[in-house]
Amino acid sequence: MPKVHIPTPLRQYAGKQAAIEVSGSTVGEALSGLVSQHPDLRRHLYTEEGKLRAFVNVYLNDEDVRYLQKEATAVADGDNISIVPSIAGGSAIESCETCKWVN
Amino acid sequence: MLRLGQSHYDALRQHGEETYPHECCGVLLGRFEDGTRVVTSLARAGNTRTDSPQNRYNIHPKELVHIQREAREREEDIIGFYHSHPDHPAQWSQTDHAEAHWLGCSYVITSVEKGKAALTNSFELTGTDENDKKLVDEKIEVV
Repeated sequence: MPKVHIPTPLRQYAGKQAAIEVSGSTVGEALSGLVSQHPDLRRHLYTEEGKLRAFVNVYLNDEDVRYLQKEATAVADGDNISIVPSIAGGSAIESCETCKWVN
Repeated sequence: MLRLGQSHYDALRQHGEETYPHECCGVLLGRFEDGTRVVTSLARAGNTRTDSPQNRYNIHPKELVHIQREAREREEDIIGFYHSHPDHPAQWSQTDHAEAHWLGCSYVITSVEKGKAALTNSFELTGTDENDKKLVDEKIEVV
């Protein structure tokens, strides 16, 4: 089964586990399996419309699934799926992609 | 609270001097210990914001995946991040707040004035989700 690696802030919603084996033949199925096992993860990963949040990067092994087949990307036994929230910022005060989260 | 050794503290400040007048960035690795984040190593990262490196930073997620994998092998976790503010205060900006997503982690900012590291402050990203997150001042204990 593929393994999903959980970033430290989300482990509290995933039974304090760092990695969870899930079933599924695509990235989307694997993530759906993950949130059905751990429903509290859903709001941290998905918008209310059910789309992956813009700042949530999903990597299959070493590749960003956005540049593969997104959630339809096939996964196999032994694959590693990493959930990686983005790391960005800076002293600039101009508007930024995710500034909609402010206020 | 954030606890780190003098060598790690010096190293993250020096990183900001090296990349001046651009922002540096990196990852704090270690463990969570009763509300204290204890740094056991640092991982320098490249700043992908080549369009505006003097006041923006971004760590490529692929680099983060690699850092996370190597940390896992040493039984370390990602406990925070650091970056510099060239000729700008060591306070979080609106951009820093908006683009901070690792709740429960430390965000360390060093102001670098004319190429020399000045103040270093740390902020914990508190809250339960994107709607109520806050960057809160936290003590840095250098040991």
